[in-house]
Amino acid sequence: MTNTQWDEGQPIVSIKNVRKSFGDLEVLKGVSFDVQKGEVICIIGPSGSGKSTLIRCINALADIQGGSIQVEGQEVHDDDLDKLELRKKVGMVFQQYNLFPHKTALQNIMMAPIKVLKQPKAEVEKRALALLKKVRMEGKENSYPGELSGGQQQRVAIARSLAMQPDVMLFDEVTAALDPETVKEVLVTIKDLAADGMTCILVTHEMGFAREVADHIYFTDNGVIVEHGPPTTFFDHAQDERTKAFLGQIL
Amino acid sequence: MSVLQKHGSLVSQKTDLPVLKAVKTRPMDDLGLSRWISRMPLWVIFAFSAVILLWPGLASAQTAYSLEKVWGILLKWMPLLVFKGFVLNIVISFFTMLIGTVAGVFLGLGQVSQVYPVRIMSWIIVQVFRNSPWLVLLFIVMLSFPFEISFGGTHFTVPGWFKAVIGLALPVMANIAEIVRGAIRSVPTGQWEAAESLAFSRSQIMWQIILPQCIKRMIPPWMNWYAIMTMATPLVSLLGVSELVTLSRQAMEAEGNNPSLLVPFYGFALVIFFAYCYPIARLTLLLEKRFTIKL
Repeated sequence: MTNTQWDEGQPIVSIKNVRKSFGDLEVLKGVSFDVQKGEVICIIGPSGSGKSTLIRCINALADIQGGSIQVEGQEVHDDDLDKLELRKKVGMVFQQYNLFPHKTALQNIMMAPIKVLKQPKAEVEKRALALLKKVRMEGKENSYPGELSGGQQQRVAIARSLAMQPDVMLFDEVTAALDPETVKEVLVTIKDLAADGMTCILVTHEMGFAREVADHIYFTDNGVIVEHGPPTTFFDHAQDERTKAFLGQIL
Repeated sequence: MSVLQKHGSLVSQKTDLPVLKAVKTRPMDDLGLSRWISRMPLWVIFAFSAVILLWPGLASAQTAYSLEKVWGILLKWMPLLVFKGFVLNIVISFFTMLIGTVAGVFLGLGQVSQVYPVRIMSWIIVQVFRNSPWLVLLFIVMLSFPFEISFGGTHFTVPGWFKAVIGLALPVMANIAEIVRGAIRSVPTGQWEAAESLAFSRSQIMWQIILPQCIKRMIPPWMNWYAIMTMATPLVSLLGVSELVTLSRQAMEAEGNNPSLLVPFYGFALVIFFAYCYPIARLTLLLEKRFTIKL
């Protein structure tokens, strides 16, 4: 393994010239960017531009065909990669929440730390309850996912991911399946998280939110990063025609 | 006419164009037997009994046996038929289901294995045993299995009924493997991804996250297979296992092989099997209904 010395001054996630294809269809055509510890990155762009695929590559849910992805100096594009070790460091939240339907909210959160990290149950339970409070879901410990609204399920899913105490959080269009009223409660949760200094990589269609929380915005189209920059520059002074066209449609 | 109206009337309108014909597809149903049995009204069992009851009377014109006499004979044998015969059918069915289920679960898991040789081997085994005639499998096991197994110096005699269990368990195993495979496949991929992103290992995901979600879905088809297999247990009478049908035949022989005994004796066997499987079929459909609403 190529686990070189990594210290916190270096990028926590470093993506270099990543290529990925499904059969003949190349969805990522050489994407590169770095994420520093504590940064919040938003990836935006039209559907099918490879945004979700890109962040799924970061925790090795999808493999890449070329280039390099390093998480804390650990190369992800490596046949000998210990995927489980990588995924302990990288949390992920999905569009469809994907809570385990046969477990209560609290059990959903406690399951992985107990079974995967082998932490003592009492300690995990304490942390899980604190996390539920943090995502403003106290009192719903014993509810099953089927009894919760989409926004509530998504907040439990965020807490479940945080219970593993990851260093990086990936958010894959986490508000795309929600009602407009519940979008806000999930965004507030993510904002709290960003304020706490968690490194976050988000794929999102919420432009207002991206503008508010992101340190850096990347606009992808057709498998490449077309334009990037801090939110103010990006939204107010977009240079590329494709970015302008996209922002024109969406804003 | 708007497009919508046109489309709406497509189904009912007659047309010569084959592409436009409404396709009638029946969804793949793994509960066929249970549906069929449980649709029968309960009076069927009484109607059955009545036919058996009256048959000797109707047929007695050409025989010397009266209704009372036939019924006396049947009543005399009934305890033996039920407590020696049918009980063995049930014992066989329990053990068959036990072995078939355990083996079927592992075979089903083998079918979704990431290891190609395991997957292909499991698939072949399932296809072979699902599509073989049960009686042939029974004969093969019955005649090729040893009478005795020595284990650490001691010899165990393998009773005929247990060999029958093995023979019946093979097709049951293959069909349960299919149920397991289908149930695993029916769990959304998002569940796998979420579990993977939480650093669960593949076996943890399977046993702690996927399979617990599948169990409800598996119970109705599993019970359906229990009913199918239980009704197939008289097959083993061809191999000399003294279950209900074998004992019925022997009882009739002991009573002089009179033809007027045939319908009452075999009819009695039918009634017992029906009485046993009917509640199972009803329960199967009840559970199926309950679980579908919940999902």
